[in-house]
Amino acid sequence: MSGFTAVVKRDVTLAMRRKTEVITAIFFFVVVAALFPLGIGPEMTTLRLVAPGILWVGALLASMLSLGRLFAADYADGTLEQMALAPTGLTVLVAAKVVAHWLLSGLPLVVLAPVLGMQFNLPADALWILTLSLLIGTPVLSLIGAIGAALTLGVRGGDVLIALLVLPLYVPTLIFGAGAVQAEISGLGASAHLSILMAMALIAAVLSPWASAAALRLALES
Amino acid sequence: MLHISNLGCHKGDRLLFSDVSFELKPGEWLHLQGDNGSGKTSLLRLVSGLAAHSIGHITWNGPPPDAEPTPPSRADMRAHVVYMGHQLALKDDLSAFENLQTHAQINAQTIDDSQAMDALAQLGLRGREHLAVKVLSQGQKRRAALARLLVSPAPLWLLDEPFVALDTKACDRLTHLINQHIDRGGMVLLTSHQAVTFTGQGHAYRLAA
Amino acid sequence: MLSKFFYHYASPQHFYPLAGRLWPWFALGAAGLGLWGLWLGFFVAPTDFQQGEGYRIIFVHVPVSWMSMIIYLAMAFWALLGLTLNTRLSGMMCRALAPTGAICAFLSLWTGALWGKPMWGTWWVWDARLTSELILFFLYLGYIALTNAIEDPRRADKAGGILALVGALNVPVIYFSVKWWNTLHQGASVSLSRGSSMEQTMLTAMLVMALAFWLYTIAMALYRVRGIILHRERDAKWVRTLPDVAMVTNGGTK
Repeated sequence: MSGFTAVVKRDVTLAMRRKTEVITAIFFFVVVAALFPLGIGPEMTTLRLVAPGILWVGALLASMLSLGRLFAADYADGTLEQMALAPTGLTVLVAAKVVAHWLLSGLPLVVLAPVLGMQFNLPADALWILTLSLLIGTPVLSLIGAIGAALTLGVRGGDVLIALLVLPLYVPTLIFGAGAVQAEISGLGASAHLSILMAMALIAAVLSPWASAAALRLALES
Repeated sequence: MLHISNLGCHKGDRLLFSDVSFELKPGEWLHLQGDNGSGKTSLLRLVSGLAAHSIGHITWNGPPPDAEPTPPSRADMRAHVVYMGHQLALKDDLSAFENLQTHAQINAQTIDDSQAMDALAQLGLRGREHLAVKVLSQGQKRRAALARLLVSPAPLWLLDEPFVALDTKACDRLTHLINQHIDRGGMVLLTSHQAVTFTGQGHAYRLAA
Repeated sequence: MLSKFFYHYASPQHFYPLAGRLWPWFALGAAGLGLWGLWLGFFVAPTDFQQGEGYRIIFVHVPVSWMSMIIYLAMAFWALLGLTLNTRLSGMMCRALAPTGAICAFLSLWTGALWGKPMWGTWWVWDARLTSELILFFLYLGYIALTNAIEDPRRADKAGGILALVGALNVPVIYFSVKWWNTLHQGASVSLSRGSSMEQTMLTAMLVMALAFWLYTIAMALYRVRGIILHRERDAKWVRTLPDVAMVTNGGTK
């Protein structure tokens, strides 16, 4: 078993034994999707208009909530140090941790999204595009978020700071993700949006683990 | 062979230590001494490659520039060492066995189950290998962490206060394992507030605060 | 020869007096050009065909917007230098530029709102450039917050550097995506009417103001980096023997 797989397996096993991490993200997403109609009003046409944005923002915030924990536990008990010393290389192991983070905080949102989308009266093809956009987009959120989590490791006020650092960088993903669903609803077709999201995901997959590893080494040096 | 010359270290704005030089050959051990805050842990972290050094040289096969035209990168250094710091690097929700297996896999070492069980047994954890680490005592946790040393092929052991929380029996066990490592041609660089003796050639180096 | 020059001034100890000699000149230049530019913009340039007198705010808005982006690029440059060459001064320069960049972004938002109010009747419009500027402002705030929160100055510099580089890579992506978002939804736009071409005096005034803000930024950065150098190197002998510092410390011990 390679180092990459070992870390993914370890993180998922640990989360399964505690379960709070997975449940928090799902719970938050569900609550957000339920609260907005209560705040906006039950008018179905309005809800259909705002649904892509609300669901995407909900997924974004839910994904962001768990970023603080991405590296903190490993940093506190010394496992991160050992990962930095491993011959596999910190970049690969960070990528593994991000994959695990997505499996626990991103994938559940992708699965839930069509269910919540029905509450907003989204048509079937829009539901499909919503799911697809989240499937491509939530990994980007995990990847970008990892950089923020790595930079603020061990810093006072880390959680709020992560939000401030990461939200501006989330904007393009949000625009193209929600935009894809809106394009589908308006009949324009979502392929352009999804292609751009795909490109973002590929670039982030290459650059983010490297930048995050550099930031983690900084944290470990002090 | 580990060679350190004129090593210096900053912590924040102040200089922790400077002009540290020593050598460590296979089959030798070095006891790093110094008061609290003199930089012993920082020195170990520099040698392990966790922290980058800007002053001085750390080379592997002799003093620069004769032996090595370019100094080893931090990645090269990491291949030669196994580092045991103050933190145990154990996951509370995993068992000692799972911790050891995961650690080996992350370090690209293939050990089968019997090797892992054997390593834990050598540290007196027979029968407790599959308990979650959080139910072990402090001494048992440290022994579970020390099992890493037995499955690693690295020649240099960097140990930061390894005898902490160990009872006499466990201390003897650890001393025995260190002796075995030295006899096999390994090197040990450790800090400890206690007096220590092992086989082979021993050195002491005191860091002035 | 040139590398010796750079190597000499890369040391904070040598850069400190150089910056001290230079910044007053930049400040003077900025003041002079600023006055000239404002005079050109508010008195010489003709009234706009469609927007009347209110458009004159662009003589502050456009230069300040340009500067907010240029400063971020400059920060990314110093960040790259600092991370690859491991020089202390690069990190300090990056930190010294950040507050001015944030102020420029903030001013850009305010002047943009002031410009848009007569046209749209509201204090804020989701114009593509204004929205991108808002996000840039948050990027600046994030950098300042991160570097202030980390106690170890070397780690703060390097972490800020990584953030600045990641941000710089993202700024074009953000701008492009916001533009797409704005045009797709046929959002509001704050700009000079397409009919009017740029009068020569208008262009001159804008360029003069841009140069004025550029000189101001350099003056502020040099001034601020001196303070940072003094603070970081406060234990070094050369700092303690500086005439200003020695006077203060000796005065204190008397």
